[in-house]
Amino acid sequence: MNIHEYQAKQLFEEFGIPCPKGSATSSSQEFSSCIDSLGEGLIVVKSQIHAGGRGKGTFTDGFQGGVKLAKTKDEAVEYATRMLNNTLVTIQTGPAGREVKTIYFTEGADIEKEYYLAILMDRATSRPVVVASTEGGVDIETVAHETPERIFKEVVDPAIGLQAYQARKIAFALGFEGKQAVACAKLIFNLYKMFWEKDCDMVEVNPLISTKDGGVSALDAKVGFDGNALYRRPDITAMRDLDEEDPKEVEASKYNLNYIALDGNIACLVNGAGLAMATMDIIHHVGGSAANFLDVGGGATAEQVTAAFKIILSDPKVEGILVNIFGGIMQCDVIARGVIEAAKAVELDKPLVVRLEGTNVEQGKKLLAESGIEITSADSLADAAKKIVDIVAAK
Amino acid sequence: MSVLVNTDTRVVFTGITGKSGGFHARQCIEYGTKVVAGVTPGKGGQKFDDTVPVFNTVADSVQKEGANTACVFVPPPFAADSILECLDAGIELIIAITEGIPVRDMAIVKRRLLETNSRLIGPNCPGVITPGQCKIGIMPGYIHKPGTVGIVSRSGTLTYEAVWQVTSLGYGQSTCIGIGGDPINGTSHTDAIKLFNEDPDTEAIVMIGEIGGDAEEKAAAYIKEHVKKPVAGFIAGTTAPPGRRMGHAGAIVSGGSGTAEAKIAAMEAAGIVVAKTPSDMGAALLEVWGK
Repeated sequence: MNIHEYQAKQLFEEFGIPCPKGSATSSSQEFSSCIDSLGEGLIVVKSQIHAGGRGKGTFTDGFQGGVKLAKTKDEAVEYATRMLNNTLVTIQTGPAGREVKTIYFTEGADIEKEYYLAILMDRATSRPVVVASTEGGVDIETVAHETPERIFKEVVDPAIGLQAYQARKIAFALGFEGKQAVACAKLIFNLYKMFWEKDCDMVEVNPLISTKDGGVSALDAKVGFDGNALYRRPDITAMRDLDEEDPKEVEASKYNLNYIALDGNIACLVNGAGLAMATMDIIHHVGGSAANFLDVGGGATAEQVTAAFKIILSDPKVEGILVNIFGGIMQCDVIARGVIEAAKAVELDKPLVVRLEGTNVEQGKKLLAESGIEITSADSLADAAKKIVDIVAAK
Repeated sequence: MSVLVNTDTRVVFTGITGKSGGFHARQCIEYGTKVVAGVTPGKGGQKFDDTVPVFNTVADSVQKEGANTACVFVPPPFAADSILECLDAGIELIIAITEGIPVRDMAIVKRRLLETNSRLIGPNCPGVITPGQCKIGIMPGYIHKPGTVGIVSRSGTLTYEAVWQVTSLGYGQSTCIGIGGDPINGTSHTDAIKLFNEDPDTEAIVMIGEIGGDAEEKAAAYIKEHVKKPVAGFIAGTTAPPGRRMGHAGAIVSGGSGTAEAKIAAMEAAGIVVAKTPSDMGAALLEVWGK
């Protein structure tokens, strides 16, 4: 789960991580009071959407830049007015863009130099790792590729946590000296504390800056959380912004379905994440394109299958449906009943190909055949993919 | 012969009195697995299905029933604790089925594992089966058949698909290992491949992977160096969009790493025959095996 920059900065303040003073609002009436709460000087006006690349983004009405630097209060209000409720398209949003519903004002920073800092769970070592670089404000993947010597990593033993010397090591590697090195180490130490205590799966500060008055500050913040740990983080769960998520994905999560919208026209309903991915792959292999990834899980009920059908059919791009179930513990006759109920409940008018394999497969196939619903039955995964792609192409 | 589990395996189910733990324990018992104990704190002294003794602690099940393998079925908030308890009780093999354990908890478990001689399979996995001998987990027993093909996979139903293809072609499996779809797991593809490579009764190997991480690349490097047995493979997620987590917490392409293309290339470079589609896993095995 991701949160907005202004929410991340609230957490930073809670954990004693220095960042420019800021104030957020969703109402144009509060622009003035937000700006007044900041100190004198430059004001940064930031569109709050989850996607990156905001600074270089363009609004659908042609207004340039989702992050703007204003010299005066009037200028800041003008920028904010143009941004609020406008749709911002960035490299990460796709062509549809995202509607900006919150504006975050921050004090301008006196930047001396930009750095990169992140903490994430490293799969290779199964431990948290602090990653830092002298190259901030740029794409870290490019730095890793072109100048790997400018990236520093410190692996943390999860049993004892980040040690002070490790935080200092990073600070010195970045070239900090004296009191500024102490300040940087403290920032890294506190950032790790937040990463661990809030069950983050990633925190990224890009850029981290050194200021001309000898301080360090987190200029931007990107924070993601482990969805599996949200049950014990009600404060974090409260920060979830459903407007930033696909409504179909939100609906799916209510039924414990794992749904991801894609661009194709063939909807799929599969049990198991690996098989669901493989089903998308094989649809592509035979010349089609999947409209979604949908894993109904290991113990789907008729109610879940019905909900799944409703969700995939709410996508107007869908022209055909492929159901692929390898019934293990989940029995094929139960799934068949679910499919029939769902097809009737939603008055299905799109072609449907069903491939069932596994426990009670014969009863399942019999139920489908006798249901009176127009269903094309398939014997293997390849057969099923080919059939649905052919049927949709022939329409 | 086989790896990890056989007729000598004595299983304790943690979470046996729960709905899904009980259901799957029953299925394993029906298959012939020696389920010697269950553990539910506070329910010690009861009997599961009037036959399997339930204990308050894993240590009791080891002491009184000689349990040497655990199947962890407790809900996610308590699963890491259950695994740690198994480690403390000296259980040699722990198979964690639970899906949804916080990654932070698993980082601690993985750290603790280093201090023990135990092996963890999973979490978020279908389990381990040696056909005809011992089934620990949630896989449907009947699709398997005793034989000489070792199968390792992160995904449950995709493993069933591979098993079913192999069985339908007339071949059986030595052991099938589901290592799970989480970013931190106890046993990697490489670990499983090592076990199969050293098992005299495993003649051929099927390795199924998916996008995310670099476990398949590492396994391919190991195979290139050490494995003479024929290996077939498949990678799911060729068409998955980057930056999206495809169901499994571990299945995500980020920053250009973990792509299906890179994994397939590494596997082919190691002499593995990689199936073009999930329907061709059996055929890929026959091709590399020369059958």
